[in-house]
Amino acid sequence: MLEKVRNPNIDTSKKVIYIRGLRKAFDENVILKGVDLDLYKGENLVVLGRSGTGKSVLIKIISGLLSADTGEVNVLGQDVCCITRKELDALRLKIGFSFQNSALYDSMTVKENLEFPLVRHSKHMTEQERDKLIDTVLDAVGLRQSINQMPAELSGGQRKRIGIARTLILRPEIMLYDEPTAGLDPITCIEINNLINEVQERFNTSSIIITHDLTCARAVGDRVAMLLDGEFKREGTFDEVFDTNDKRVQAFYNYNFID
Amino acid sequence: MFLELARVYAFIARFWREVFFPPYEFKEIIKQCYEVGVRSLPLISVTGFIIGIVFTNQSRPSLQDFGATSLLPALISVAIIRAIGPLVTAIIASGRVGSSIGAELGSMRVTEQIDAMEVSATNPYKFLVVSRVLATTLMIPALTMYTTLVSLLGGYLNVHQFEQTTIVTFFYQVFDAITFLDIIASSVKSVLFGFTIGMVGCYKGYYSSKGTEGVGKAANTSVVTAMFLLFVEELIVMQVINAIRGI
Repeated sequence: MLEKVRNPNIDTSKKVIYIRGLRKAFDENVILKGVDLDLYKGENLVVLGRSGTGKSVLIKIISGLLSADTGEVNVLGQDVCCITRKELDALRLKIGFSFQNSALYDSMTVKENLEFPLVRHSKHMTEQERDKLIDTVLDAVGLRQSINQMPAELSGGQRKRIGIARTLILRPEIMLYDEPTAGLDPITCIEINNLINEVQERFNTSSIIITHDLTCARAVGDRVAMLLDGEFKREGTFDEVFDTNDKRVQAFYNYNFID
Repeated sequence: MFLELARVYAFIARFWREVFFPPYEFKEIIKQCYEVGVRSLPLISVTGFIIGIVFTNQSRPSLQDFGATSLLPALISVAIIRAIGPLVTAIIASGRVGSSIGAELGSMRVTEQIDAMEVSATNPYKFLVVSRVLATTLMIPALTMYTTLVSLLGGYLNVHQFEQTTIVTFFYQVFDAITFLDIIASSVKSVLFGFTIGMVGCYKGYYSSKGTEGVGKAANTSVVTAMFLLFVEELIVMQVINAIRGI
């Protein structure tokens, strides 16, 4: 299992995401019980945790899809809980969200999927410029040949790549990946892990990667944080997080690596 | 119950807030108009034509009892233009279009495509809901006019077969029997029906949940709810028009 070499370009003096005391409940079920989190510029932060621990809820709150009950969620200097719809939309242009099931628009071709945000947010661009940009991001994910295919014609791994390409097309500063390797075969998982690292290097993004796949966590994470009981109980490098006697953390490790 | 009503109210109010302000999704509106209007034509044509023939045929014996078969064109005209045309078009559209909107938006909701639009700073309500509701509101009246014409043609063929009436005489009697108020009432109803079908389909799809089960439920309840509302609206508009007529 390859461990990622820490990105030397991480700027620890600049926090792009700053979360304090985040709490979120659905009816009586408290999911996040006062989460504190920092994401530094240029950093890949992996958030680990079992299903239902609120990992996806966390990034949905960061992107403004869900609202926090209490706490501060500061993204690129703006508190997403307290900004207007217009400000939130402007902020969202700087955040790329890669969904677990890719969420490609299934009535549109790959090209139309990539054009969709561009047509709305880069109106000054000519059609030639748009086409060039589409080619660039498709090259970045290695799927230029799929430009005219429908999402239904793509494999799971290809859909993930196109989903990532669609988020990259607006050149986001922050990438949020929700279970990027879920449901993929081991080889495709490695390809997606490599792609996440390439995106970080090439586009200088800061990323939060939600996963329960420890191979992915080790391959892409500059830092790892483990969500337990609605809080980040373990945080550090991959080895630091799992160097503990906590039975729940050990069980998580063993589940991934021991049959 | 009250929460649901509040959500329905907010959903409809949002439509009126968003429909007049840019950005306008013209390309999507035209695409949806094609889906709702042009793609419904074959079904509407056959159904409308058959209804015209069947209604005329079923009405004849009653009029024959009074020796009044010459009133058939007038009877067909009033029945089709006032009630059958708008209602049949709306019922067919709610089955074909309403369910399809509910299923499409429901599927987009459960596969997070609506969330994907939102996080890319695109207004999914404007792109998906406003365009579809506008399409049904514009196309159902057009389809209603078409269905009415096709039904009257079906009726004419039946009348011509038994009473040897010419097409000119038939349509002279048809237009002689209706008033301007009938045309206005029919138009208002079909606009209302179109808005209802679009709105119900979009609402059910937009707020669907629980995976594939939710998609099926959204499609199903879109049709059932829309049909129920269509009949309620038909009743209300009929009462209003009768009040205007002084009946």
